[in-house]
Amino acid sequence: MSSPGFLLRRPTSAQGTAALAGVDRLGALLTLVGAAGLLLLPFVTYKANRIVPGDPRALAQVLPVWAALGCQATLAAVAAVALLAANAPLRLGAALAGIVATAAALAVAANTLTPPHDLIVRVAPGAGFWLLLAALGLIATDAITRMRPGPGVRVLLLVLFLVGAGASLAHGTFDNVSIMREYAVNASAFAVAARQHILLSLGSLGAAVIVALPLGIFCHRTPRLRPGILSALNIIQTVPSIALFGILMAPLGALAAHVPLAAALGIRGIGAAPAVLALFLYSLLPIVANTVTGLKRVSPATVEAALGMGMTRWQTLTGVELVLALPVILTGIRIVLVQNIGLVTVAALIGGGGFGTFVFGGIGQAANDLVLLGAIPTVVLAYSAAVLLDALIELLDRAPR
Amino acid sequence: MITIESLTKRYGATTAVDSVSMVIESNSITVIVGTSGSGKSTLLRMINRLIEPTSGRVLIDGRDTESEPGHQLRRRIGYVIQGHGLFPHRTVAENIGTVPRLLKWEAQRIRARTARLLEALQLDPALYSDKYPHELSGGQQQRVGVARALAAEPTVLLMDEPFGALDPIIREKAQDDLLDIQRKFGTTIVLVTHDIDEAFRLGDRVAVMSEGRLIQYDRPEVLVTRPANELVARMTGSAERAMRLLSLTTAGEAALPLAGEAVTDGLLVPTSASLREVLSELLWRGSECATVVDADGTPRGRLTVAAIMARGRPA
Repeated sequence: MSSPGFLLRRPTSAQGTAALAGVDRLGALLTLVGAAGLLLLPFVTYKANRIVPGDPRALAQVLPVWAALGCQATLAAVAAVALLAANAPLRLGAALAGIVATAAALAVAANTLTPPHDLIVRVAPGAGFWLLLAALGLIATDAITRMRPGPGVRVLLLVLFLVGAGASLAHGTFDNVSIMREYAVNASAFAVAARQHILLSLGSLGAAVIVALPLGIFCHRTPRLRPGILSALNIIQTVPSIALFGILMAPLGALAAHVPLAAALGIRGIGAAPAVLALFLYSLLPIVANTVTGLKRVSPATVEAALGMGMTRWQTLTGVELVLALPVILTGIRIVLVQNIGLVTVAALIGGGGFGTFVFGGIGQAANDLVLLGAIPTVVLAYSAAVLLDALIELLDRAPR
Repeated sequence: MITIESLTKRYGATTAVDSVSMVIESNSITVIVGTSGSGKSTLLRMINRLIEPTSGRVLIDGRDTESEPGHQLRRRIGYVIQGHGLFPHRTVAENIGTVPRLLKWEAQRIRARTARLLEALQLDPALYSDKYPHELSGGQQQRVGVARALAAEPTVLLMDEPFGALDPIIREKAQDDLLDIQRKFGTTIVLVTHDIDEAFRLGDRVAVMSEGRLIQYDRPEVLVTRPANELVARMTGSAERAMRLLSLTTAGEAALPLAGEAVTDGLLVPTSASLREVLSELLWRGSECATVVDADGTPRGRLTVAAIMARGRPA
């Protein structure tokens, strides 16, 4: 009989599970990732100038002893919390402390490695720094998710993050880090790019809302034409962005050449016009589809009651149907805004401007710091837009409907 | 008074309502009953022009309903549908105030009217005004739907299967409440249902529709005693037509004068009980006689099995 052996083995495996039960699985994985970043990969790369390949340096090599010990001790404490603590606010606090320590270590490293008054040497964050930051960021977002904060708290956290990051940048904490060196050189171009980026994203979104909302209402009212319109928009969506920019260059160029008014309005084959037009076309499907879905979600009895009580069709649409569909429509707008903020980057290829100019400029010059100068603000912008609109949607959806 | 003259609605080749003419008396409940597809809802929705008729016309108190825009007509006519159709994003008070707001009443007047209606429908205004529809029970939602329809003091109230979504016990209560409301506000009510029992319970007059045509339109007892055709006879239940007839008369109406002293033992029945209920109870007890008492318990008359049986056949 195998039962004695079977019985003997069971307690052992139960003990094994019990021993593992106290360890947070995600925490363990992220601790491993963070530790690998810290111990195996360079924390910063030291470059004699902005183009040459860097010279990798580990954390312990580049910090004064007190700073290295302090940073490592903080990270060890974060790892302990991530592995063992179940309390979400504690995990969030630890992750934020880790992020602050890592960022401070980068600033100290840059200040230490850069000779005084030197403008040629570049100290760039290394792969280890980015991996560590990613692991800590994931611990923090996981903790926030576990806390299930309300929309107000999420916006507050975003504002605190932006204010904290902005204050330290304004204070000059990171001035010796390579990306900020690039910023110092490109400060005025950066302001222009930021304005262009936001204008292109919001402008194409605004134009799309003006067209897509009525189109969605029309699709809802005319079920016969709905599949045709939606599949046409679907096809647009499948055209790769660079191809679409290219496709639009020819007709817009011809338009500018033959219609003086178009040229006077700033429409050209390259630049902002094809960029806005392409982003506008991409924006249509999510908004139209979500408008249709949102209106479909409104109970027919509610609409019938509204009309039966003597509301006009317009009053029923604006006062009942659209109000009830708003959270779903806003979800479409959120998708479009985040998508556009990303796609505007590509628009730099056809002279559309925006942060993409740094990204493609950096690629052309093999200057990674310049690429990051374009990429990081794009990510922050997209992330902020997502958090803000999500909070707004949740607020509206919480109102009884 | 609502006068319907040869009202017809065609959808392509099919005729939903086929030349229906009828006169609906003021201050009464008229029930339109029929199977699904009989055209009863279409007929109702042509009265407030949610559906525009193909031909024929509707007069309300002598005035052609085509003489003003449809949405303005509908603001003067109450409308209640199955599943209430309350606005989920508005509170009970806001829902009830919908039509008064469309008519630009003053806020004070809307508040007072809302409170009065909630009280009339046994919902404490302090408790329910600021609640949202999803916080109410099915029966409460239905009552708010009725309050909303009555908000702008309409003289006509149209109801399309208003109790269809309620369970049987709540439905009976809602039907009683509707009779109360009709008495209290004197509204002319036109109600559509597929439930013949509901039609008999509520209707001062009942219209039977089939395949778009009006088959018979009369007082319920006439439908039982002189059905226009086989369909009406089957619908009103020829096998138990005597019972159907008894259910139309209350104990109060049929009570015989008291013979000498009041009998205080034996069966006591309220004046509002139907003869059908009284007979059933007498059969169950094996007794011959019941005493009819009013709400205070004062004897008002008596009923015998023989007297009830006399009421169970056509006059």
